[in-house]
Amino acid sequence: METRVLEIRKGVLNKNDEIARGLRSRLQVAGVLTVNFVSSPGTGKTAFLQRTLRALREQGHSSAALVGDLATDNDARRLAEAGVPVKQINTNGRCHLEAQMISDHLADWELSKIEYLFIENVGNLVCPSSYDLGEDVRVVLLSVTEGEDKPLKYPNIFNSADIAVITKMDLAEACEFDMAAARTNIESVRPGMRILATSAKSGAGMSEWLACLHAEKQARCVSA
Amino acid sequence: MHELSIAYNLVEVASQSAIEAGAKRVTVVRLRLGALSGVVRDALEFSYEVATAGTILDHSALIVKELPIRVYCAVCEAEVELASVQRFRCPVCDTPSGDLRQGRELEIESIEIETE
Repeated sequence: METRVLEIRKGVLNKNDEIARGLRSRLQVAGVLTVNFVSSPGTGKTAFLQRTLRALREQGHSSAALVGDLATDNDARRLAEAGVPVKQINTNGRCHLEAQMISDHLADWELSKIEYLFIENVGNLVCPSSYDLGEDVRVVLLSVTEGEDKPLKYPNIFNSADIAVITKMDLAEACEFDMAAARTNIESVRPGMRILATSAKSGAGMSEWLACLHAEKQARCVSA
Repeated sequence: MHELSIAYNLVEVASQSAIEAGAKRVTVVRLRLGALSGVVRDALEFSYEVATAGTILDHSALIVKELPIRVYCAVCEAEVELASVQRFRCPVCDTPSGDLRQGRELEIESIEIETE
């Protein structure tokens, strides 16, 4: 019997990463900007996305959404009210979405007809950070009801994101939310990250968010 | 907790390379784990035993090399190591930096195999 060392130097999530890379280039060539929403449960991802989908439709832009959920299709039903294509990805208890699930659920959509694709990840601030879904932009959402120190408690996911969206700003005063502290904490784990303060209820910050989406699309998509 | 699913991925990648090399058994797996990988070492080590059972990696040792975060500091013009995942500032001059150079690793460096 012979013993030897094999140098491998391969990522453990190599397979997911390869699928994600393929997806990203396919989507970019089709002119789709893909946005991955990550947050803890109850941050208001669905309400924020609902408002975004409606606003984009009013501006004459086409969008679609994939919604990850452990067990129900409640979110997909809520989003379908915005009048855009929505599909539920049921993870059957799994705590995150993977690139293959995105690929499978896009199979019968005509990508060239979609300008903005939103992926609502499973509500979880730990596991989704490791999985590239082929998105162009990863958005981490933080609600004013969660406390300003969430970024310090979950630095990995905040560091992996491109934009931080503060949600439920309409409740900020009642929660005594300290915006300056939240900014400092986000800045501490991800220097230079863009931070948007929003409210899906009042519409505050939505125009800045939409402008941000349009700019990202122009910068990243081949046929933007 | 996604370490079990990470462990299954690890087994898949390692066994594929091992089988291609004609291995009968894998005895050691060396893993590079960055501080920003999002994977908890203890949970991974626990899951490893479960995921390797009955495979070519059964009873192999998992050796984890933890890697700290390293960023590039534009002021010092050097790569620096961070002591905390909560503070992305140069330890020398205190300038914020998000220019990550190390920390997201979740990769198999090498494996030790037995062939006949």
